Amino acid sequence: MSQLLAVNHLSKSFGAVVVANDLSFSVTEGEAVGILGPNGAGKTSLFNLLTGALRADNGTIEFCGKDITHTPAALRCKNGIARSFQIPKPFVGMTVFENCLVAATQAAGLRGARARQHAIEVLNDTGLIDKANHHAGKLTLLDRKRLEMARALSTRPSLLLLDEIAGGLTEAECQTLISSIKKIQSAGTTIIWIEHVVHALLAVVERLIVLDFGKKIAEGDPQTTMAQDAVKAVYLGVE
Amino acid sequence: MNTRVTRSSRFSNGALAVLALLVVVLLTAPWWAGRAELRLFGEIYLYLSLACLWNLMAGYAGLVSVGQQAYVGFGGYMLFALTIYAGIHPVAAIIAGGLLAAAISIPVATLIFRLNGAYFAIGTWVVAEVFRLSFAQVSALGGGSGSSLPVAIVKSLADSRSARESLSYYLAIGSLILVFAAIYFLLRSNRGIALTAIRDNESAAAELGVNVWRTKLEIYVVTSALTAIIGGLIFLQKLRISPEAAFSVNDWTAFVIFIVVIGGIGTLEGPIIGTIIFFLLRETLADFGTTYLMILGLVAIIVMIKAPKGLWGLISQRYDLEIFPLRYRVQQSATTEQG
Repeated sequence: MSQLLAVNHLSKSFGAVVVANDLSFSVTEGEAVGILGPNGAGKTSLFNLLTGALRADNGTIEFCGKDITHTPAALRCKNGIARSFQIPKPFVGMTVFENCLVAATQAAGLRGARARQHAIEVLNDTGLIDKANHHAGKLTLLDRKRLEMARALSTRPSLLLLDEIAGGLTEAECQTLISSIKKIQSAGTTIIWIEHVVHALLAVVERLIVLDFGKKIAEGDPQTTMAQDAVKAVYLGVE
Repeated sequence: MNTRVTRSSRFSNGALAVLALLVVVLLTAPWWAGRAELRLFGEIYLYLSLACLWNLMAGYAGLVSVGQQAYVGFGGYMLFALTIYAGIHPVAAIIAGGLLAAAISIPVATLIFRLNGAYFAIGTWVVAEVFRLSFAQVSALGGGSGSSLPVAIVKSLADSRSARESLSYYLAIGSLILVFAAIYFLLRSNRGIALTAIRDNESAAAELGVNVWRTKLEIYVVTSALTAIIGGLIFLQKLRISPEAAFSVNDWTAFVIFIVVIGGIGTLEGPIIGTIIFFLLRETLADFGTTYLMILGLVAIIVMIKAPKGLWGLISQRYDLEIFPLRYRVQQSATTEQG
């Protein structure tokens, strides 16, 4: 499998607050990588840097072998990077279906009936089809999170960035989520998943990256990474 | 399960049919309406066009401008300049004014697009003032006191007064239909859904593949050009232009914002309702002088408090209605597998 994403010496700070500190890692095609770290470790900022919502101070990002460090957000999404927002950002004046249609037409580049068909398929897969005509602004938090996932999938991503989508789910819902993420991965989509619900994360990912203050403090096989002292110290608060 | 996506509803079909009938009736107005009514109708169409254009910019593209009078005045002045000094036909001059406005709006946009929100609004106003002061310097166009359209040019439109009035009426209703249709088909297209996404959440739209900057620029250029064309038509009706009248923030922006806000910003129906209310108030209260403006302000405040999404927002929310079908509806029907 070839390398899909390569992050080299990425740095970003807001004044004294460092959200990415000389961060380097890579992701191969088809892989599922988990990102752990305490609040404020720079996890969501990392996603913002990857999607282009934030510009890096230093370092480069390569996607599909191309340097995308200075590529605008819209183009990165068209090229295959999609994300879900930790705090859902639905298009509140639109229906659930229309939210997905934005992604299908603008990012996936589909037109007319094909775009509509794709949005319908995604809604079927994510269990939102019965709410297709609901106003996105009136959804419950859980459905908003589902919509985040559906909208990201409607872009036909090759790299899917999931930002804390398991929070607040019941155990049964969590299992459904796990199996649907596994299905997305087995269909060929590469996944990077930020999650505090560790057992859900560990059920899916093959590799873990642990961040603290924007710095990578551990990386590797999930079980051995979780067992490292440095990880226990910052993440679980164990001395 | 069989899934279908539709856009029109029974209500929208009926409403559009009624509206089409109304347009046909209005097209025959020169045969049954008096001179004063014809003039008033023409003014209503031009105001509605301005409102639709401002709504497209502010309500969809998030470009809240208080400086569109720059393009109204520019279009008006281009009509005078091109007919008097280049000797071209007034209608051609108005269209050329629109194209020139498009050209000039690009450098203006690169300047003011650096500003956001309230700063953008103030920036547009400053630009409009610069336009006003610049045209006031041109002595060939009457400088600060303005000029009138020469009789020969007015007569080049049509020989008789009534023929000119009919022509002016048709130009106004024709451009309204053009502006409205352009906006309607734009909003129904893939561009339109991108624009609606920008309206709802700009940053999310960018991360979902919408080129926000370019979309906004396109909207700014197109609305500026069409606003200038409307401006040309306004001053073709008035036959006289001055910097104060051409670049009036009150006439061409404040009233337009009033119309869009009370009607319902970010909807196609809003400006229509707003325009009707504005002209009803104006025609009934105009005799009260400044009291009329105070009542206008009061109406705006009450609507903003009681119905922040405007009167159409209130209606459409309550009854889930849409006259111009922009929305998509997913319909599921269980297919029976028999025989």
